[in-house]
Amino acid sequence: MPTPLKLKIGRQPEQTPEQASGQQSIKKLAVISRGVTSPREGRFADASFRGLVIASAVSLLVIVALILIQLLKQSAASRSSFGLKFLTTSIWNPVTDKFGAAPFIYGTIVSSFLGILIAVPLSLGTALFLTELCPPFLRRILGTTVELLAAIPSVIYGLWGLFVLAPVLRLYIEPSLQKSLGWTGLFSGPPLGVGMLAAGIILAIMVLPIVASVTREVILAVPRQQREAVLALGATRWEMLRMGVLRNARVGIVGAVILGLGRAIGETMAVTMVIGNSPQISKSLFAPGNTLASVVALEFSEAAGDMHLSSLIEVALVLFVITLIVNALARLLVWSVTRGQPSRTLA
Amino acid sequence: MLKPSKTSVSLRRRLSNGLALSGITLATAIVVVPLILIMGTVAYHGISGLNWAFFTQMPKPPGETGGGMANALVGSGMILMIASAIGIPMGIGTGIFLAEYGRNAYGDVVRFTADVLNGVPSIVIGLTAWALVVVTQGHFSAFSGGIALGIMMIPTVSRTTEEVLLMVPQSVREAALGLGIPQWRTTLSVVVRTAMSGIVTGIMLAFARIAGETAPLMFTAFGNQFWSTSFREPVAAVPLQIYVYAISPFDEWHRLAWTGAFVLILLIAGAMILFRFATSRGIMRETT
Repeated sequence: MPTPLKLKIGRQPEQTPEQASGQQSIKKLAVISRGVTSPREGRFADASFRGLVIASAVSLLVIVALILIQLLKQSAASRSSFGLKFLTTSIWNPVTDKFGAAPFIYGTIVSSFLGILIAVPLSLGTALFLTELCPPFLRRILGTTVELLAAIPSVIYGLWGLFVLAPVLRLYIEPSLQKSLGWTGLFSGPPLGVGMLAAGIILAIMVLPIVASVTREVILAVPRQQREAVLALGATRWEMLRMGVLRNARVGIVGAVILGLGRAIGETMAVTMVIGNSPQISKSLFAPGNTLASVVALEFSEAAGDMHLSSLIEVALVLFVITLIVNALARLLVWSVTRGQPSRTLA
Repeated sequence: MLKPSKTSVSLRRRLSNGLALSGITLATAIVVVPLILIMGTVAYHGISGLNWAFFTQMPKPPGETGGGMANALVGSGMILMIASAIGIPMGIGTGIFLAEYGRNAYGDVVRFTADVLNGVPSIVIGLTAWALVVVTQGHFSAFSGGIALGIMMIPTVSRTTEEVLLMVPQSVREAALGLGIPQWRTTLSVVVRTAMSGIVTGIMLAFARIAGETAPLMFTAFGNQFWSTSFREPVAAVPLQIYVYAISPFDEWHRLAWTGAFVLILLIAGAMILFRFATSRGIMRETT
């Protein structure tokens, strides 16, 4: 039997709790080391453990590949009969088996850009407030509040949008928008409540937390000296934020915005419930529409025939490819600022 | 906090400074409003419908008052169980790979893929589970819903696991290896055990995220009007039921939808509070 071991490790000047628990584990080592196997057995076990861990990492790659393969396979019928015209045709008719995704691509672009347009200034302000202006006692409460916003399920946003937001839009906001800005053509037609505008607002609320928290991370990555240097030159607080912080963090902030865009593009339930569901392209934001995600959610379980099913899967394929590109782009931009540190975003 | 000097700044600059700072503060205030509104409405409508029957009774046909979501609660439990059985081991395994073996280009590929998978819309993952499981088996099932949600858990669990494992000091690994403990035991019994509470909070976070997912269940678990505890049959789920009730024309069902939403938020908030509690004990470093 090995004698109990006493290990001494150098005490760190500032001991964090995880280091303390690390020291405790070292004390446990003496116990564990009693069960040490022979070197050969150890090598075999090591190799198998390593294999197991690598297998689970590889399966992650396999899953992403499987998603692509299945989408391609199941949409084969639609891809061969409509070709690339699928993306530009605006007819969606299950009765005549003619399908084109243009109205949904349009709906996705309009609703998510509208959402981003509303969300970006607000989340930029929130991120700046949380990192630079907020009194310390508020920081934690506000931070948790924003995180909570991210944790609310999509279907609950939809429920709220359908029963609270849509009536408010129909009765108060849409009529007044029509009166003041009706001439632009963006706010024409009957105020229904549900429609593109409602979808945009709901999306804005939903992408806010992710844009705000990634922006916050990026802002925190800007070295303190930058701020000190600008202040030393006699800048006001805002000039310091503009020149010392925002200018240095701009690439990462663009990344955060694109990340939010990716989230908005793929958002399904809430949008399905408030967008009004109609395969049409209309200039007015009051008009009902559909997005790539919402049409799949709405029609897939009651698809009329094989071609309808296959077309819906091609719609999902388009959605997958778009979000893939958008997310990859966003990640690269954010990584270039935070230097590959794993992000602590709730996402 | 850094503060600028107050001497001799022109009026224009002082004005723009004041405007910008109040704009930033106002933006934050506007962000907090929808949260209070949404939480308030859900609580207002939800609490009034909260009673014992909600948890114990089956849904009633439209027109009849009362009824509950007992079958959906059980269904959600079953789906989440399968999801955890898939997502947790694979997520932790991938996290261990990233932290202990993945400080290289291979690790970067996996890390990037995890981020990509995190960004894939949930409905696309649902469709994949449909194509892989429902099409091959020929029927909707709780099992296929669990697979879809399990896949969604992996990226979150793996990235948090990686993070907390990296916080375990290198000296601990060296000490363990120095005692002749094989690497796998070092990782499992020493490194992972030290970081365990951090890993658990990562799991809670992923769990809270998938507990409210609806879209991937629409064509996998599908929903069920009746009592079902078979993994091979379609089952109801709380978020799915909220959606079905919300878009129905019946007031009584709307009431159930609000109560369902309230219960769901309570569950998720509970997980979040646990997460906060664990992080505040210093297992995971605050970024602020």
